[in-house]
Amino acid sequence: MTTIRLSVPDTATRDEIIEIKAMIQHEMESGYRLNMRGQYIPRDIITLFECFFGDELVFSADFHPGIAANPFLTFYARATTSGTFLFRWTDQNGNEWSDTADINVA
Amino acid sequence: MKGIEPKPPLTRRQIMTLGASGLVATLTPLSAFAEPEDMRAAQKEMFGDRPIQVGRVTLALPPIAENGYSVPIEINVDSPMTPNDYVKTITVFSPRNPLPVLASFHLTPHSGRASVSTRIRMGGTQVVTVVAEMNDGSLWSGTAETLVTLAACVIL
Repeated sequence: MTTIRLSVPDTATRDEIIEIKAMIQHEMESGYRLNMRGQYIPRDIITLFECFFGDELVFSADFHPGIAANPFLTFYARATTSGTFLFRWTDQNGNEWSDTADINVA
Repeated sequence: MKGIEPKPPLTRRQIMTLGASGLVATLTPLSAFAEPEDMRAAQKEMFGDRPIQVGRVTLALPPIAENGYSVPIEINVDSPMTPNDYVKTITVFSPRNPLPVLASFHLTPHSGRASVSTRIRMGGTQVVTVVAEMNDGSLWSGTAETLVTLAACVIL
């Protein structure tokens, strides 16, 4: 079970710049660690994070093994209209996890 | 009086072993890690021969990280973030991690503010470089140094 934690304000005034925090539970196994037998543990990382508002891509990030486990991001978005943010994480094998958050813009 | 004596927390042998392993860790060659040249090569591959100017990018890293597994980094780029003038991409480079590129962030005018925070892994004490690409194609960079006491990748 993968836990996703989002922090998006419920309401905002028009053109306000809002702070968004997004975290997903993931090992982000770098591929550089050795197991107890001295073999490298295979790499298993999330490579892409995307944040959409409606159909529009607001922010995206390419992750590499240099990102710590349970990747956590803080970024900003300009609130224009009421709508829904979609957050989507994709791993190296194409598995996806996503979650949404609604915002009311007065 | 006879009783079970409490076990000392660490025997002398354990302490000696710890010291020896610490010495080995210090002397281990870092050939497996990226060199500053690798970082420059990665920048060249990404941006070609375009000049990278110093400025407009500020990054906050702790001066000392006890543990290289998770180091908070905050990046701010001086930009109005309007449709005509915004930051397109922010890329974090490391001169001392196995891979020189840590992450890239793609921003849009909808971002409103060119600021990103995340947590990175650090394979040792190093000067992290962040390069921001503006929508007009100009490149700006900023650096910050962190002293890492316990590097990621070395332990385990």
